[in-house]
Amino acid sequence: MDRLHYFVILTTFVMSTAVGLTAIFFFILYRRRSETQTTPHIEPAPLLEAAFVIIPLAFFLLWWVMGYRTAIGLATPPADAMDIYVQGKKWMWKFAYPGGPNSVNVLRVPSGRPVRLLMTSRDVIHSFYVPEFRVKQDVLPGRYSQVWFQAVEPGRFQILCAEYCGAGHSIMRGEVIVLKAEEYEDWVSAQHRGLATKQDGPPTALDFAPPLGNLVDQGRRLAQEQGCVKCHSVDGSQHIGPTWLDLYGRRERLSDGRIVNVDEGYITESMMDPFAKIVDGFKPVMPSFANKLAGPEVAAIVEYIKSLQSDAVRTGPSEGPAYAPVRGR
Amino acid sequence: MSEAAALPPGEHPARGADPHLAHHFSSLERQVDASRLGMWLFLCTEVLLFAGLFTGYAVYRYSFPIAFAASARTSEIWAGTLNTVVLITSSLTVALAIHFVRTGRQRAAVVCLLITLAFALTFLGIKAIEYTAHFHEHQLPGRYYRFEGVRLPGASMYWALYFLMTGLHGLHVLIGMSVLGVIAWRTSRGYYTPHYYVGIELAGLYWHLVDLIWIFLFPLLYLI
Amino acid sequence: MRQSEEDREKLGAPPAHDSYLTDGTTVMSWLNTRDHKRVGVMFLAAVVFFLFLGGVFALAIRMKLLYPGPFLFDALTYNRLFTLHGVTMIFLFMIPAIPSAFGNFVLPLMIGARDVAFPRLNLASFYVYLAGAVLAIWAMVHGGADTGWTFYTPYSTTTPTMLFPLLLGVFVLGFSSIMTGINFIVTVHTLRAPGVGWMRLPLFVWSIYATSIIQVLATPVLGLTVLLVALERVLQFGIFDPARGGDPVLFQHFFWFYSHPAVYIMVLPGMAVISECVATFSRKNPFGYKAIAFSSLGIAFVGFFTWGHHLFVAGQSVFDNGVFGVLSMFVGIFTAVKVFNWVGTMYRGAISFKTPFAYICGFLFFLVFGGMTGVALATVALDVHWHDTYFVVAHFHFIMVGAVIMAFLAALHYWFPKMFGRTYHEGWGLVAASLIILGFNATFIPQFLLGNNGMPRRYYQYPEHFQALNVASTAGATLLGFGFVIIFIYLLIALRWGPRCEQNPWRSKGFEWLTESPPPTHNFDRIPHITQDPHDYRTHAPSGVYADV
Ligand code: HEA
Ligand code: HEA
Ligand code: HEC
Ligand code: CUA
Ligand SMILES: [Cu+2]
Repeated sequence: MDRLHYFVILTTFVMSTAVGLTAIFFFILYRRRSETQTTPHIEPAPLLEAAFVIIPLAFFLLWWVMGYRTAIGLATPPADAMDIYVQGKKWMWKFAYPGGPNSVNVLRVPSGRPVRLLMTSRDVIHSFYVPEFRVKQDVLPGRYSQVWFQAVEPGRFQILCAEYCGAGHSIMRGEVIVLKAEEYEDWVSAQHRGLATKQDGPPTALDFAPPLGNLVDQGRRLAQEQGCVKCHSVDGSQHIGPTWLDLYGRRERLSDGRIVNVDEGYITESMMDPFAKIVDGFKPVMPSFANKLAGPEVAAIVEYIKSLQSDAVRTGPSEGPAYAPVRGR
Repeated sequence: MSEAAALPPGEHPARGADPHLAHHFSSLERQVDASRLGMWLFLCTEVLLFAGLFTGYAVYRYSFPIAFAASARTSEIWAGTLNTVVLITSSLTVALAIHFVRTGRQRAAVVCLLITLAFALTFLGIKAIEYTAHFHEHQLPGRYYRFEGVRLPGASMYWALYFLMTGLHGLHVLIGMSVLGVIAWRTSRGYYTPHYYVGIELAGLYWHLVDLIWIFLFPLLYLI
Repeated sequence: MRQSEEDREKLGAPPAHDSYLTDGTTVMSWLNTRDHKRVGVMFLAAVVFFLFLGGVFALAIRMKLLYPGPFLFDALTYNRLFTLHGVTMIFLFMIPAIPSAFGNFVLPLMIGARDVAFPRLNLASFYVYLAGAVLAIWAMVHGGADTGWTFYTPYSTTTPTMLFPLLLGVFVLGFSSIMTGINFIVTVHTLRAPGVGWMRLPLFVWSIYATSIIQVLATPVLGLTVLLVALERVLQFGIFDPARGGDPVLFQHFFWFYSHPAVYIMVLPGMAVISECVATFSRKNPFGYKAIAFSSLGIAFVGFFTWGHHLFVAGQSVFDNGVFGVLSMFVGIFTAVKVFNWVGTMYRGAISFKTPFAYICGFLFFLVFGGMTGVALATVALDVHWHDTYFVVAHFHFIMVGAVIMAFLAALHYWFPKMFGRTYHEGWGLVAASLIILGFNATFIPQFLLGNNGMPRRYYQYPEHFQALNVASTAGATLLGFGFVIIFIYLLIALRWGPRCEQNPWRSKGFEWLTESPPPTHNFDRIPHITQDPHDYRTHAPSGVYADV
């Protein structure tokens, strides 16, 4: 693919310079000598016109054949590809691995093994883009799209969102961490044992991605560190503040009689500006955490609160439909 | 399109006679040709406007064949059929009006145009009855769809397209009516003559298009 | 007032009488005019205003991009800026720029007509344009929208910004475009002067004719599409809403079905201007007249079948990608034919390097570069990497700024004497031209590199390693801006104080020069009878004689 790329760029350069230079060259050759000069009437030979058509056509078709063959390869994942589910939403990437582990904004893959991503969006169109891998695919709400790649060497590569999706479009970034196959296996089993926190060093190139793989775990830890659980229970009992169990999605009555739907926005607002909306039956005593929590930390706590659902405390497997792996090409 | 602007100095004294001829045309035939061509181009744009909706219909019909078929069965076929008859007849009366102007029977032409207008009104009336029924049944687009009879995914899409297509068509009927109204008034004032009747001819063309579009809408929305 | 007998034979020196500029000088005489020339001039003024407005948005974008992190204004403002930049430049400037301003002015002159076929429709088209512009400006003043000029659903149906009036504005502007298109097609069919057969039409007319066909056939679809989005916003019909079974990609198909042909609405008039200018300044007959003329129609036709190349990574099947890819390449061939024939026109000509010629050279280079990167984008596999990166941004600016604005400026300089009867300062003209060509390269070549390295477009914040190239690009944009300012100043001066010029200062054989500069209200006292092909420089004889029609 990169060879084709150079070939294409090179012809482009050569041709445009050639045309520009010919114009200049003709100017030098055929400068106007007098104001009343006349010129001969020249019609091109049919053969010449044919050449004008055939030469570029030949080049373009060559490009196309090369490009299209590569494109078919790009669109056809190998049969033994490993599946990872991806969910894009404003403005983060969520990854769900076979067998359970989840992560936000950080995608871990083993090197030397084809990986197929099955992607969908929760809200608007996003586009999954890893420049170094030369892959890009739109991620649409209401349907699944797929893309595959095979990382050759361990390393860290940036994930960008390439389809405009609103205010956070340019910071909807993540990172692919390519691990050696053994390391990857270790990581997966560590995840299974719930030891995720130990293994993960913070990504360096990426200040916005949360440092840890499992957002919910991280949220739980932060809630303890920040002292939220002094006032909020997670088991349904009321305390100084309302319980967090089943909080997400609840319709909460406020002291002024209004009803709010508890969503991400409201939860965030409750942390940043607790007095804006006071829950009926509680006192406005909650401190503001506006300058104490960083963006990703807020997200982690929100995710943690969202995970506290009494019917299904579901930390694990992906949400997508079960895809049969694609066979052959 | 027809304006008798002042002639430039020294220009063809003979041409000054015809009040319909605009200064920049060399002859009336040319000018009429120009108007006709302009109208046909305009009709092309209209066709393409509707083509977009037809494409949308095709795409969603392909995605939700059962819901579309089921919904189409719940539409008021009697009303659709009646409306088809009404519109086709009105096309005939417009054609007659043109014929009468050509043969110099202005009176008859005006009558024909008025009959056409009456048909158009009938069409809209029937459409209004249909719309009311759909509103009562909640056969409505998108999130307003609450019809109990058909509860399939895609049924609301049928109604979205139904209202878009018939609505846009209805708008065209309205526009056509105003055009025909003006034309009828002008005819009654003797503006069109057997030699110069391009205005009424073009209005007729427009009306035929409105009719034609309905002939495509009818089977798509009511029959299949 | 009447000419003498021998003058009548020669078209060189028609009688001196009131020009269209002095025939009525009240404001109403302009606002209520039916004269295609006045409509053209009014369009020109409006269009230049919007070029500057769009340019100010562009410079604001570039200023922000000096710095990778948040800077100057917040993300929402930035997103509105590029949306408004795109909408202003495309719908308010580029689409009407050459056809409605210069086309209106010179097309009837070129075919020896007294006016366009429907003068009132023509004036109406200007007012409809103004109405659309007012709606768009109203939307901008009340907060603007943040969807990008492509209005992709479902983002566009959910954003809380002032999208509705903007969509309405675009819808209304579409009508203006359709009216102009219909008018030109009919004019070309019915108002050609005696002797102007189809194979004698100036190449400008051929190209504008092809443009008009696209305007008439593609614009209604855009109208419908923006209307659907607007309805979707107000009534939630669900047409493009996946939650209700709608298909957001269908919107993209609709949008590009218009907007791909629309890029040819923008570039064909540019090519039209270049065809005229190349011939005039090389003083040569167009090399391969038929090839240039028919390739315009070819572009117009094939251009309708390539829209899918914007959807390579949107979930289209690989097969469709391939088909749209190869069709896009065929469009490239028609353009290539034109390019080679223009260069051929210079062969054995008598070239004079005036300001318009400088823009021609710029045009040729930028069109080929921009066009070939377009074909590169149509090479399916490569687009996967380049899609929605600055590579695409650079591609289309190379054509739209590099080529079309060069053509616009060439036209402005070439027909300035025709329109106003005065000449501008040639020295400053060349200075500004070099500044613009230089600044242009400095602005957009770095953007190719940025895109190639993977910087996505519509990015408010970007990874830090892209900063150097972004700064270079901003510097270039500043130069470009200065170039425009210079042009603006010296043309304004020329308008008021420029030396009066003779009827045909370039000694062109284009038919529009057969009448005075500036032309009288009715263009020709007597309709000329054309006896030669346009741009036949074998002799000095005028290309036509007066005839009684
Ligand atoms: C005036 C505007 C204009 C014009 C004329 C073109 C012309 C072309 N464009 Fe461009 N394009 C845009 C404006 C334009 N484009 C815009 C605005 C976008 C982005 C929209 C958005 O997303 O916001 C875009 C995006 C765009 C894409 C999508 C990129 C992406 O989003 O991923 C593609 C993909 O195929 C493409 C292709 C082409 C092609 C094949 C042509 C061809 O017509 C080019 C033909 C010209 C030539 C080929 C040059 C002459 C050739 C020679 C002299 C040949 C000599 C060669 C040899 C001998 C080898 N364009
Ligand atoms: C005809 C179309 C047209 C034109 C002429 C331009 C002209 C320019 N454009 Fe535009 N551009 C688009 C059409 C156009 N653009 C479109 C369609 C998009 C996509 C939008 C989207 O994503 O939805 C886009 C997007 C776009 C971006 C990408 C934004 C992003 O994706 O985040 C950038 C960034 O650099 C840019 C820059 C410029 C610059 C520097 C110019 C310059 O050429 C402008 C030069 C003009 C001036 C500078 C004005 C004249 C002078 C003054 C105002 C006086 C003051 C100045 C000084 C004293 C210096 N454009
Ligand atoms: C001093 C005790 C206290 C601490 C510490 C505290 N809260 Fe609260 N919280 C409250 C009280 C009291 C309320 C109810 C009144 C209100 O809405 O402000 C509340 C309400 C909330 C709500 C809204 C709940 C609902 O039912 O609508 C959220 C969400 C919340 N807190 C999150 C947090 C988080 C996250 C932290 C830690 C980072 C935290 N709180 C720390 C006392 C506290
Ligand atoms: Cu998500 Cu852009
Ligand atoms: Cu395109």
